[in-house]
Amino acid sequence: MDKKRLRIALTGNPNSGKTTVFNHITGTRQKVGNWPGVTVEKKEGDIEKFGRHLKIIDLPGTYSLTPFSIEEIVARDFILEENPDVVIDIIDASNLERSLYLANQLRELDCKVIFALNMADLAESRGYRIDREKLSELLGVPVVFTVGNKGRGIEDLLAAAVEHAESGHGIPESRKVRYSKDIEKAISDLRSEIEEKSGPDFPYNPRWTAVKLLEDDSIIRKRLAQILGEDKCSELLESAGQLRARLADLFNEEPEIVMTDERYGFIAGIIKEVVSTSRRRRADISRNIDLVLTNRFLGFPIFIFFIWAMFQLTFTLGAYPMGWLESSIAWLSSGLDVLLPAGILKDFLLDGVIAGVGSVIVFLPNILLLFFCIALFEDTGYMARAAFLMDRIMHLIGLHGKSFIPMLMGFGCNVPAIMAARTLESKKDRILTVLITPFMSCSARLPVYIVLAGTFFAAHAGTVIFMLYLGGIAAAIVTGRLFRSFLLKGEDAPFVMELPPYRVPMVKSLLIHMWDRAKMFLKKMGGVILIGSIVIWVLSAYPKNIDYSVDYDARIDRVMQNYAEEKASAPQGEAAEIAQKRSEQIAELNRARSVEHAEKSYLGRIGRVVSPVFEPLGIDWRGSVAILTGFVAKEVVVSTMGVLYAVEGDTESDALRRALRSSGMTPAAALAMMVFVLLYIPCLAAVTAIARETGSVRWAILSVVYTTSVAWLAAFVVYRAGQFF
Amino acid sequence: MEKHAGIRLSHMKEGQSGRIISVGGDMRLRRRILEMGITTGSEFYIEKYAPLRDPLELTVRGMHVSLRVSEAEAITVQPLERHHG
Repeated sequence: MDKKRLRIALTGNPNSGKTTVFNHITGTRQKVGNWPGVTVEKKEGDIEKFGRHLKIIDLPGTYSLTPFSIEEIVARDFILEENPDVVIDIIDASNLERSLYLANQLRELDCKVIFALNMADLAESRGYRIDREKLSELLGVPVVFTVGNKGRGIEDLLAAAVEHAESGHGIPESRKVRYSKDIEKAISDLRSEIEEKSGPDFPYNPRWTAVKLLEDDSIIRKRLAQILGEDKCSELLESAGQLRARLADLFNEEPEIVMTDERYGFIAGIIKEVVSTSRRRRADISRNIDLVLTNRFLGFPIFIFFIWAMFQLTFTLGAYPMGWLESSIAWLSSGLDVLLPAGILKDFLLDGVIAGVGSVIVFLPNILLLFFCIALFEDTGYMARAAFLMDRIMHLIGLHGKSFIPMLMGFGCNVPAIMAARTLESKKDRILTVLITPFMSCSARLPVYIVLAGTFFAAHAGTVIFMLYLGGIAAAIVTGRLFRSFLLKGEDAPFVMELPPYRVPMVKSLLIHMWDRAKMFLKKMGGVILIGSIVIWVLSAYPKNIDYSVDYDARIDRVMQNYAEEKASAPQGEAAEIAQKRSEQIAELNRARSVEHAEKSYLGRIGRVVSPVFEPLGIDWRGSVAILTGFVAKEVVVSTMGVLYAVEGDTESDALRRALRSSGMTPAAALAMMVFVLLYIPCLAAVTAIARETGSVRWAILSVVYTTSVAWLAAFVVYRAGQFF
Repeated sequence: MEKHAGIRLSHMKEGQSGRIISVGGDMRLRRRILEMGITTGSEFYIEKYAPLRDPLELTVRGMHVSLRVSEAEAITVQPLERHHG
């Protein structure tokens, strides 16, 4: 059976509740990908409804369709070039006036559009009543009330969308935005010229094209050259230029400014007709919250408290599930140990796969919690306040307050953080943010700190880790200033930003948000880290036949023999003591054997070759190997240390800690190692993301070289300084 | 012309309200500001300055918008006596 297929695009302002509506329509049937050619997240969902197959496409949230930011270009291009069957514009009812700006741009585009008046109940409770029918009549667009966070009106919305897609019509001419006389004259002149020059298959609405040419829209100019050919296009641009000059002369102002003003004038007229505000003074809860959260004195302490609470929650609460995971892995490992016959397969599974992946997957609870907190900041609206508080400071580094958001996300994982830099409008800001984000200590580095700081700074581990995070921030600030003054000179983008009303976040959205990010971590687990662990295991397990300096088996035999003799001659009461001494001796011998094995394995040999580079930092060959393998993903540093230091493939952190303590590593060296891990090359996935987001491999190479040099220098300074204590 | 009575938005204090006379600055900035609803003739209320005195937050058309002080310098406004609700 072939069902009718319809494509429905969702648009709307940021914070209009668009994502909530999208989540309600599609539920878990979402596909997250990228828009072709650019790096803006694309969300789609397929559902069956009313006997039709509906493809829902979530366009990026924008305030306008002026092609300034990538988001706006993506949204507009999709509507223009892909011709969705219908566009649903989600309008925040309590922000009708501003929302209508985008809505009117959609109407001008001449696509089939319907409006979802979202959260009208909230607006009404604030004494802001909207006459839906009047709005629909005045604009010539179907309007449906929805309450996205409760899922109300979604059915009606989809039904209206389907109906409009199949039988509806565009906006009647009489309902279009009217500009003042002189502009209308220019539009119609240009329009007839466009109609004259273009054939019947001209893809755009001629009136809209005329408006855009008068606004000097760079993308439309390029498109016209492709569609009409250079000659016709330059004639058209010539006429547009003259008209623009005449209008500029007339209004003493650029035409696009006048037209923006007039659009708002048109909107003000609509608002007057459809909105009735009750006399009651509006209770603005958000304002009251902001009296505290962005307060001159309390703002920063509260902000720092939130960040601190986020890390506390992540690590103290995360410790419980982490314990459960650890014990299940130990259980699985010992179960397999019993079940499987000794041999390569067993070693491969236990020491390679389970030891490697297991030592990393225990951090999943931490990562989930961290992403949950970040999603909480985003969904409540606090992120924008963070940008508001931080802009002055970020501006000192030459960055936008919004850069703070990717940087904060960098604490979770650098990869989504680097992608989050897309929200920045200016290309220079984006590149700069992408380049400094790797200094934000991602959660993958945390296992390294937990192990090292926990081992060497037990009582002060928390403080040491906190200082490391601060160190990363400091490196980012210095780098930002440096790059801004030498590499990426110029002004940063305007800080014109909405501070959206605070919202009670929806658990479902939070979970979807968190899950999207956690998936990236799990994908890394299944792919890069699994392969990395296997490669490292192979390198550390081979060659099999090693010339040991000592015949360990013979020694163990001797211990057993001595034990038997001593036991026979010793008095009754000392049996237990002797038995314990025997076990200790055997364990010691086994440990010595595995250390020697590790030393003489391929991995050990590689470590020996590179260790001179790390020697000035107090890092031995095992540390060097761990650092090298960390390029795959920084979590791997711990699993490599697990393989290299731990006894009999046991990577449980306690065992690793004991092994580290007895390996001769000093606290200063441990600190140097942590600093190095904090600052050096972002992982493979992050480097790939940098290349993709900056659109150039050169920036990625710069990042690798720069971060590693900084890491080496900083670790050197820390190690040398640490020796004075 | 009212223009002579105008002062810079950046000179307005917390808790004051006014009306926009003109928006200056480079084209990109101007359009951004206008698209956020800060257009000629619209009334605004200075909500607050950030703890570090920059950026500032204002309400316009029922919406809270933040601007840098340097950006507010390019906006000419006429202060209003009336206290904004």
